[in-house]
Amino acid sequence: MSKIENADPSLNRQRFDFATAFREFGIARIIILAFLLALFVLALVKGLDVPGLLTDSLTRIGMNGTLILAMLPAVVCGVGMNFGLPLGILCGLLGGILTINWGLVGWAGLIVSLLISIPIAVVVGLLYHAVLDRVRGEEMMVGTYLAYAAVFGMSIFWMLAPIRNPKLIYAVGGKGLRQTISMTETFGKVLNDFLQFKIGNVTVPTGLLLFWLLLCLLVYFFLRSKTGLAMLATGSNPSYATSSGINVGNMKRIGVVMSTVLGALGIIVFSQSYGFIQLYTAPQSAAFPAIAAILIGGATLRKASISNVIIGAVLFQTLLTIAPPVTQALMEGSEISEIARVMISNGMILYALTRATGGR
Amino acid sequence: MPEELVLQLQGIGKSFFGTTVLRNVNLSVKPGEIHALVGENGAGKSTLMNILFGMPVIKDTGGFEGQVVFDGNAVKMESPRQAMELGIGMVHQEFMLLPGFTATENIKLNREITTKNPVSAIFGKDFEKLDIKHMREDSRAAISKLGLSIEDWVTVAGLPVGYKQFIEIAREIDKKNVKLLVLDEPTAVLTETEADKLLDAMKKLAASGIAMLFITHRLDEVLAVADNITILRDGEVVASMPRADAKVERIAEIMVGRSIERTALPKRVKEPTDDDVIVTINDLRVNMIGENVKGVDLRIRRGEILGIGGLAGHGKVGIANGVMGLFGSSGTVTKDGRTIKLNNPYEALSSKMAFVSEDRRGTGLLLEDTIELNMAMTAMQVQNRYLRPGLFNPLRLADPKAIREYALKMIEDLDIRCTGPTQQVRRLSGGNQQKVCLARAFALEPELMWVSEPTRGIDVGAKELVLDELVNLNRSLGMTIVMTSSELAELRKICDRIAIVYEGRVAGVLSPEASDVEFGMMMAGETLKGKGVKVQ
Repeated sequence: MSKIENADPSLNRQRFDFATAFREFGIARIIILAFLLALFVLALVKGLDVPGLLTDSLTRIGMNGTLILAMLPAVVCGVGMNFGLPLGILCGLLGGILTINWGLVGWAGLIVSLLISIPIAVVVGLLYHAVLDRVRGEEMMVGTYLAYAAVFGMSIFWMLAPIRNPKLIYAVGGKGLRQTISMTETFGKVLNDFLQFKIGNVTVPTGLLLFWLLLCLLVYFFLRSKTGLAMLATGSNPSYATSSGINVGNMKRIGVVMSTVLGALGIIVFSQSYGFIQLYTAPQSAAFPAIAAILIGGATLRKASISNVIIGAVLFQTLLTIAPPVTQALMEGSEISEIARVMISNGMILYALTRATGGR
Repeated sequence: MPEELVLQLQGIGKSFFGTTVLRNVNLSVKPGEIHALVGENGAGKSTLMNILFGMPVIKDTGGFEGQVVFDGNAVKMESPRQAMELGIGMVHQEFMLLPGFTATENIKLNREITTKNPVSAIFGKDFEKLDIKHMREDSRAAISKLGLSIEDWVTVAGLPVGYKQFIEIAREIDKKNVKLLVLDEPTAVLTETEADKLLDAMKKLAASGIAMLFITHRLDEVLAVADNITILRDGEVVASMPRADAKVERIAEIMVGRSIERTALPKRVKEPTDDDVIVTINDLRVNMIGENVKGVDLRIRRGEILGIGGLAGHGKVGIANGVMGLFGSSGTVTKDGRTIKLNNPYEALSSKMAFVSEDRRGTGLLLEDTIELNMAMTAMQVQNRYLRPGLFNPLRLADPKAIREYALKMIEDLDIRCTGPTQQVRRLSGGNQQKVCLARAFALEPELMWVSEPTRGIDVGAKELVLDELVNLNRSLGMTIVMTSSELAELRKICDRIAIVYEGRVAGVLSPEASDVEFGMMMAGETLKGKGVKVQ
């Protein structure tokens, strides 16, 4: 008898906790998760290489993860989604190019490129914040156009850059950096191969995922520090922050700089996993998938957390990886795969933006 | 049915996520009756109104129990539109008017009288011409029904607040089928004379057969106009009575559920004097729109409760905001002999002063965040409290255990009604939000606390608790308190001295025992000419 009495409250408690967790996870994410599972089942039924798809998914989660994480400080400090992410990306690309030009390879190359892109991104972030500070309330719009301008400005730079390394410049004519620069001989896949292991036929890019999760952990702790919480208060209610003795301008500056730096680190990680550095207009719309991912993860334009980043990265990138081949398999004989990829990725972005309130 | 009823609520119950907010509420309203609905904040009044209006919030959270009978028919309230079609009019606390439109246009919005023309014959009703003459006639009729004499063709933007409220009501009664009018704290933003006018208008409307459900915090208004009174407490109807049986004290008592005592304040060991001054303010000027301060000189005695009173717009609110650095200011403020840098909230906070803002939702709270974070944030930022040990202050991690401990203590001490320290502040009622603001200031353990309008928009019970808590802090910890309030009664209840602000300056400092006449004269600026009132 007493046993039953004891069992009851604990059972209730569990059920309650589950319901809360369920609500917090959000109906939108449950639908996407269900869709994802359905796709996996379809992939199995159609006899697709499911372990291969899982491998690709893990890689894509790791390579895009840091770019998604870059959204977080911007949202938390109150400037909204960082549509100016390409600014950070350009800093990372510059770091990567310089490193390759100096002939550094392997781990040295990776580490040096990460290290030199940080100060560049800090300076750019400070300038970026100085602009955003003058357009309060319109940060996202201005960020978008600022990024466009910077991408094209840097296109000119890539053309005129005084770099003579034959690996980097166009083979014919010998002037201007290439559109796509292979990293196989420098530091491509360094992180992916680090501690890589296999479960069955699924390859886990351990280093890549570890790097991302480590950054997530750092940001997680930062957001629980005095400065992080001050940033949170600034984003949540600037008047409250001011009346708590917080320097609101400073907090936004820190948020924007962090976001830019993470963007720079993110593109280096992305490029080494992809195996190529892509220049010119490639970074132009790099912010959109990252924004879509964090929104799908449950963030809003005013509030976001690390869990939004991780859930979003996993859901969005997995979906992007497996949806096209499954569509291809369903419509045999047609070349639908690439069209499906574009449709699905942009459809998701559209969906996420209409759900800017977090899909609740 | 024995007698004709406009509205009957039968056994209404509602719960949000397992928390019951309404339980078996019964209420009926006859045509032409003014029915007052009173209750503390969080008693369930708003939820009841949301049910009556078929607000989507109710449907989205699982509907409600019981039955709404309107005009003898049971109705399923599904949308606000349906409620309107049935003949329920709503006058909101915040105005739902288009400022750039004229009174007539606002009154007739979306119900314009139109005449056909050739274009509309082709393109439909949307292209018919406005019959401005008839629209204005209707509007004038509605406005004069309220006993008001305003031009129907003025734009709403320039009108005083009180008039806007009347136009809201005119809009509702202009709807031909309106049978029941719900007024949600219509007098909250009005001055006394405006409120009196409104009450007169309500009586006139009632005489014309429109029933009214009147929600308010001001009990004297209830007694002035209501035919019947229903009192809600914690989601239940605790009493229902005709006006003849009601008295302010009794209503207040039933509302709160405990009797309000008016005991003398406890004595101190040593009464504060001018010999021991904690803060000296000289020529303080604050640029706060609507509450400009134009040269205030004030000395605050250590250990006292100083009240700052005065009429709205004369700058009493600006003083605290200026000293705490939230609005641009000039002048000198000295605390314990040290000059405090102005225009710098951090400086003010780190001089052991705290501030409870009059703008609770705007400045006082992080509405989207948890109760505990709201309470701990300021102390954490200014004094590095609630942080784990670490070498570099900006990167020291928050100490969730210490924060939780403090939050739980405050929830208990201040009787904050919530589901727990992690509840979102937005979900709390006004009074409980105010208590969170107080807890936020207490966390700083200040020597001097500036409290602005601590009881604005909160119910009687919470008011008492807030005032008691202030007295308690003052007596037990010796904390100096400067309380700014529009309610003279509460200033006189707990303050040692009351400074009256007139046109941005201190007109004089009165004892709380000073007569009503003295206070009234000083607030109106009469004593500036010198009539034997002791000035500081």
